[in-house]
Amino acid sequence: MSTRIPLLNMSIGAFLARVLLLIIVVIWTVPTFGLLISSFRDKDQLAISGWWNALQNVQENQAGRTGVATAQQELDGQFVISGNVFSEGSTQSVASFGGGFVPGEITDYEPGTVVELEDGTTFRLDADGTYEYASTEPFELDRGLRFFYVANIPPYFSLDNYEEVLTSEGFAQSFINTFTVTIPATIIPIVVAAFAAYAFAWMEFPGRRFLFVIVVGLLVVPLQMSLIPLLRFYNTVGATFDFAAKSYPGIWLAHTGFGLPLAVYLLRNYIGGLPRELIESAKIDGASHFQIFTRLVLPLSVPALASFGIFQFLWVWNDLLVALVFLGKQADQIVMTSKLRELLGSRGDNWEVLTSSAFVSILVPLIVFYSLQRYFVRGLLAGSVKGG
Amino acid sequence: MDLNFENVINAVIAIVIGVGALIIYFFGSNWLLDNIFRDVVREDGHVEKSRESIREAIRPWLFVGPAIILLGLYLVYPAIQTVILSFFDENGNEFVGLRNYQWAINDGEFRQAVTNNILWLVIVPAASTAIGLLVAVLADRVRWGNIAKSLVFTPMAISFVGASVIWKFVYDYRGPNNPQIGVLNGIVQALGGEPQAWITITPFLNSFLLMIILIWIQTGFAMVVLSAALRGVPEETLEAARIDGANEIRIFFNIMVPQIMGTILVVWTTITITVLKVFDIVLAMTNGQWDTEVLANYMYDWMFRGGGDFGRGSAIASVIMIAVIPILIWNVRRFQQEEAMR
Repeated sequence: MSTRIPLLNMSIGAFLARVLLLIIVVIWTVPTFGLLISSFRDKDQLAISGWWNALQNVQENQAGRTGVATAQQELDGQFVISGNVFSEGSTQSVASFGGGFVPGEITDYEPGTVVELEDGTTFRLDADGTYEYASTEPFELDRGLRFFYVANIPPYFSLDNYEEVLTSEGFAQSFINTFTVTIPATIIPIVVAAFAAYAFAWMEFPGRRFLFVIVVGLLVVPLQMSLIPLLRFYNTVGATFDFAAKSYPGIWLAHTGFGLPLAVYLLRNYIGGLPRELIESAKIDGASHFQIFTRLVLPLSVPALASFGIFQFLWVWNDLLVALVFLGKQADQIVMTSKLRELLGSRGDNWEVLTSSAFVSILVPLIVFYSLQRYFVRGLLAGSVKGG
Repeated sequence: MDLNFENVINAVIAIVIGVGALIIYFFGSNWLLDNIFRDVVREDGHVEKSRESIREAIRPWLFVGPAIILLGLYLVYPAIQTVILSFFDENGNEFVGLRNYQWAINDGEFRQAVTNNILWLVIVPAASTAIGLLVAVLADRVRWGNIAKSLVFTPMAISFVGASVIWKFVYDYRGPNNPQIGVLNGIVQALGGEPQAWITITPFLNSFLLMIILIWIQTGFAMVVLSAALRGVPEETLEAARIDGANEIRIFFNIMVPQIMGTILVVWTTITITVLKVFDIVLAMTNGQWDTEVLANYMYDWMFRGGGDFGRGSAIASVIMIAVIPILIWNVRRFQQEEAMR
């Protein structure tokens, strides 16, 4: 290990360690980065060049069509049909043209060349996309003639894709639906679990230990075990009382039930770790457990509540399975994960839709995650490092 | 925009009512308890009869009641019911004994799912834990370590479906003579190779590519937890080993790893449980086509395929449960040992 690299002044081992770490970080970052870049790219470019070429010009073979006879104008004894192949504001340009009714390959003519055609007409295509089809006789076309060209497409970034998914794809509504699911499904389990955790930590009642062992066991029970009976139960209840089986309150309670074991476990570890003297002196002063809990324990438990809150928020926000089973797929209920999965099936080749909608769906969790990372990590550690 | 603002308002109202009802329950029930079982106090302020013991006997149940009811209704009862349903026909009406399990054993797709699940259970936790540990160790020694950790940790925040979109893009395939837009084929083509339709390559390679998605998500979790555990390894022990001339690799395997073995096991177990439940990735990427089926997705499939077969779906769910039971027992034991040490 004594061999050192002169310039960097570090051992080979340390150097290799850095390189290895760098490689891992790159592998971990590149997929998301590629998606992010792509979500801002023009959808046509996205389809024909890799995102790593996003800053380069792209060349694409395209076809245009001349206008029809009604569009012709008489200029200096000539009849001219003119127009532009590019839509207004386009940054594309013509690299070469030819083919179609213009003889030769599509790379044969420089832009601006006047090509004389067999029937004595002339055709010209300029770099800016303006074409001019001229003849000494009046045109009688009722259908434009097709010509081909190679277009230079300069790099183009915009929010167009985002606008598209948020408006025409209905992603904005599913964004709101996801919030509607997530907020109560985060708050309700925190409240329920905090009371239960306090009882498990500081109150005496028969079966306390036994019940808590069940909670610990339930930590690992896959929620798949619950789905079929619950679905049947919801259907029965819905049919009996005549309301939709798939409803927001239904999914809130489902997420609450599935999130509770972890919530009770984490919060009980935290609340149980508060100093005994604190609770006991409050009792001596005549406070009831309810007063101790609401006035003393709850304010002290904010870090633990926050860390579980982030957990539950991310879990509910990112959930697909529970939403698929307990919520409908119509516009007023479908959540983003479910919507995204649908798009993956139906719009699998439209990467402009997929990349931007994926980013809309991961934006909120990323913000929550980065701004509250400290609490989140603390929560992870409380659950996992014990006994380590 | 086709936003439906009536729904937004309804949602806000529903949220307020839902959360409000809960608050009213906890405050109301405790208030009632304190008033119904009030101490009998004489006029001179002397307590004639204290009913504190009654209050203290009832109050715990007001506290744990909602949690117990919800756990019972959403986890305990349904789990038992699922096992029972697995012995019934598709509508849950007629007892059919072991027929659903017999069907499963003879079903090629089910066996495929079991095989794949075993692969997932071996590879994903092992790879996530190993890479997580590697990053934890490497990042502790460089100045940009915290940035590196954050970047590796980021996928934890991304949904499995979102991650599937990200990776489907990485694996995207275009014909051999076209410019590739998926980075993997981009690299392959740049190196002179033939681009591949990765997602359809059987046997196992495509499953492995799906596993990479979960490894990508879970490594950050392993890293954070293991990195905290590594910080708990006493510095003197490491110094002593270095003075004795041990190299870093030996120190890592002979001193660090044994010291954090408990945490490694916890991380491994946690990821194993995640793997068992994972279904979103397979559903979004292949829906079990090209031999990539896993149990959780297959169960979902049977819940809804052709109107749903609850018997078969329950049987598949019960198989997942059987796989978790050893972990469940281990978890409870570990908890009890910890309690005994308190």
